[in-house]
Order: sequence, then C-alpha cells, then structure tokens
Amino acid sequence: MNLETLVFYLFGAITLLAGLRVITARNPVHAAMFLVLAFCSSAGIWLLLEAEFLAVTLILVYVGAVMVLFLFVVMMLDINLDQLREGFWRWFPFGAALALIMVAEMVWVLGSRTTADTVGAVQHAANYSNTKELGRLLYTDYVYPFELAAVLLLVAMVAAIALTLRRRIGVKSQDIAKQVQVKKADRLRIITDESERKTDAQSGS
Amino acid sequence: MMTELLQTLQNLLGPAWVPVWTAVKIVAIVVPIMLSVAYLTLAERWVIGWVQVRIGPNRVGPLGLLQPLADGVKLLLKEIVIPTGANKFLFVLAPVLTLLPALVAWAVIPFSPEIVLANVDAGLLFILAVTSVGVYGIILAGWASNSKYAFLGALRSAAQIVSYEIAMGFALVTVLMAAGSLNLGDIVKGQQGAGALSWYWIPLFPMFIVYFLSGVAETNRAPFDMAEGESEIVAGFHVEYSGMAFALFFLAEYANMILIAFLTALMFLGGWLSPVPFLPDSFLWLLAKAGFFLFVFLWFRATFPRYRYDQLMRLGWKVFIPVSLIWVVVVGLWMQTPLWLW
Repeated sequence: MNLETLVFYLFGAITLLAGLRVITARNPVHAAMFLVLAFCSSAGIWLLLEAEFLAVTLILVYVGAVMVLFLFVVMMLDINLDQLREGFWRWFPFGAALALIMVAEMVWVLGSRTTADTVGAVQHAANYSNTKELGRLLYTDYVYPFELAAVLLLVAMVAAIALTLRRRIGVKSQDIAKQVQVKKADRLRIITDESERKTDAQSGS
Repeated sequence: MMTELLQTLQNLLGPAWVPVWTAVKIVAIVVPIMLSVAYLTLAERWVIGWVQVRIGPNRVGPLGLLQPLADGVKLLLKEIVIPTGANKFLFVLAPVLTLLPALVAWAVIPFSPEIVLANVDAGLLFILAVTSVGVYGIILAGWASNSKYAFLGALRSAAQIVSYEIAMGFALVTVLMAAGSLNLGDIVKGQQGAGALSWYWIPLFPMFIVYFLSGVAETNRAPFDMAEGESEIVAGFHVEYSGMAFALFFLAEYANMILIAFLTALMFLGGWLSPVPFLPDSFLWLLAKAGFFLFVFLWFRATFPRYRYDQLMRLGWKVFIPVSLIWVVVVGLWMQTPLWLW
C-alpha cells in the first residue's frame, strides 16, 4: 500500500465518520460543523484525483459561503429535540426506502461495465493545468448546458428574492443619492434675532 | 559552502530530508510574520499617536521597542476564563480556526522569482479558498461564548465577510484575465516591462481600490469593524475571551492585514518589480509596497469613523459588486482591442 492509497483511506474514513455525525449529532451547530469537515475531506480526495480546481472550488463555495450562511441560520434556530423525535418511527420506513434507492443507484453507476473500464485516474504531467482544461471545455463543447445552468440559477435567485420581498407602507429609509446632493441652502438657514442685532450695532461691526 | 552543507545534511537524513527541509522553510516564513505582527501592533499605536498628536508607547525598552514583548508576556500570564454555559470545545477551537487560515495562505505567496514555499498553479484560488475559511473562527467564537453581544458580533461578521468576498473575487477575476494565470509568481512576471507603468494598477484601477477596501472589510478593520463595534456590542465576537485565546484573534487580524497588503502589492503593484527601469528588482520593493498598504490600514483607523451596518451592506452590494461586474466586462472587451498594452 503506497502513501497515496493510505491518504485516500484516511480522507475516506474522515468523510464517512463526519457524514455519520452530521445526522447523529444532537446539536445542530455541531452537525453543521461536521458537514464542513466532510466537505474538507472530500476536497482532499478530489486533490488526490488531480482535480485541483474542483477541490479548491468546493472549499471556496461550499465551506466558505454556503455553510457560513447555513450556520448563520442554524445558530438562530431554537430546536426542541423531543418535538423532532416524535415522528421518527412514523417516517422511518419512508426514509429507509429513500436510502435504499440511493444505494441501489450508486451500485448501478459504480458497478456498471462502462465505469469499470475507466478505472484508475489518468496521470498528467506536473505542468498540466486542470483549470485551463475545464474552462476550455465549459466554454466550447458544453457552452449551452453551462449557460442553461446559469440561467436556471438566475431564475431561482430572482424567484427567491421575489418571494421574500414585502413592500410595506410607511417604512423609513434613506436615499443616499439624495443625501449626497444636499446643498448648504437646503439644510441651513441663518437667522439674526433682535438681541444679536443690538450687540452687533454696539460693537460697531 | 552553503550548498555543500545542505548536501551533507541531505545525505545524512535520507528520506526524512524532504519533510525536515519543508518544516525549516515553513519556520523561516512563519517566524518573520509573527515578528511583523508583534511590531505592527506597536507601529499602529505609534501611527495613531502621531495622527492624534500624542507620543505613543515609549516606556518599555529603548523608544518603547520592547512594548510588544511586554504585551505578549502579560497576555500569556492571564487566565483564560471560559464562561458558564459556553461550548468548551468550540470556544477553545475558535481562536485556532481564525489564526490557522491566516498563516496557511502564506504557503503560496512568492517573495521573489525563486523564493516561494509552494509554487501552486492555482495559487490565487487557493488564497481565496483558505481566507474564506477564516470566518468560521469568528462565527464559532460568537456562538460558543453563550453571550448575546458575542453572538450579534458573529452574525454581523458572517454577513459582512460573505458580502465583501464576492467583490473581492471579481477583482481577482480581472487580475487573472490580465495575467492569464492563477499562479501568483506568473501574475507578477506578467507585470514586467516599463516600470510602474506596466503594473496592473493602471488598467485595473477601480479593481485595485475595490480589492484593497474589501480587504479592509474582510480583516474586520476600521472603518468596517462592525463585528467588534465597541459602542454598540462591547467587543463583539471576542467579548468573552481573555489571555492568550484573545491574543490569537489579535494575531490573526494582524496576520491577515499583512497578507492583504502583500497580495495587493503582488497583484496590482508588481510585487518585487522595481518602479523605475534603472533600479534592480528586489524583495525590498515588495516589502516597501506592503509596508505602504499597512500604513494605509493604520491611517484609515485613525481617520474614519465606523460605518453604520446598513451603509456597509450598501457599499458592498450596491457599489463594489456592480462596479467590479462592469469592470470584468470592460477588461474583457478592452483586451480584444489593440489598445490593451499590458
């Protein structure tokens, strides 16, 4: 067993353990942190497969942004464990069936003959740029699916904003452009009152 | 002489040579960073003192030069208080998680054409990914403290860092478009030519500003230090921390400042390249440029009042992100014309 295999098994074991803890941890923040650990070790496995770009992007997008917002929400939740456990046995058959379907799918894909033929990652030279190759493929051969995915994301984003946007009457907010354009005359009025005029006259100014 | 010595050592250690030599290199990078952090705190107090027409620390040692050591010893000797009801494991882990990414990012920073710990091809992406992990320390610190002020600080920080990361990412996209590479060494080499005129700060000027200001926001420095906000939430996420645990947050903040200063110098001001053609390129140029940005960090702190939270979000989402999106398109079109000289 060479070092690479050893590291692979190490990352694999960490991913599995972390994944298991995500669903068994009692504290939701702990569960979220275990999910972060699972992402990090999966990124390690991808690095072993020479997929540097994907590995770094996994960390950047999922760990650096998605999970941060996830934690943001989870931390503010008030979770009652007893309430959550109530329906466990009622939903268990449904969940088990879903898990079985997923396992069957994975066996089907990973065990098929076409997957078996391509076993063993292709080794590339040290100066081979994974990023450049991915970019070239995405913007030439797969440009339409890529753009479609982008449009789909945009639609989802607009829909999410439209669903949560509520226009209320009487909300006070600032218009920064208006504030910046304010002139001295709009805000300041110089008044000289009676007593001041008298002192001005006495001092002879 | 030096190469002979290294050769002898290499023969002596055999297969253990590579890890030992890498560890030596890591120490050679981390120790100067930690020293710079210590003296940056002193420099900060001097600069702010100077701006406010005060003298600043001058009691400990000659000219006050031993002040950082005294501060360090004081923090080491203090008790680390763990609040009741705090999540002990995460409470202790959080400061470590903050400092770790701030130091890991230095692995891919080139100091001169040859000197870099890991010459990674996707260095820029690596830096973006590693620095984005640093926010976990702040969030977990705020949550694990079991304190409302700390929690509010953590929430502010999470939203702020995620928002400014987008503008920062787009600024980096324009840099990699101009350089055609994600490797930081190659980015600097792409700026070679007619001195200061061939650096990327000219074609990417708006991005240069956006990047540096987002960097100030990412490091939680004034005027974007909403996560601390003494006047509203006492000290934000680290209100419950004391002693060395608090010092780790401090170290991480300053290490991140130095990192942002170096990155800005490398990507927009030509790194170690000399600004005038008749002087040689040298590591000293990089130090001088990074030192300038560090001074600007301190200058900002002494000059600007803290942003209000809604203004901070407005600046990030409604100014920086649209400007950087437009500039990505502008650079893309500009590069297709013969007017692109960089």
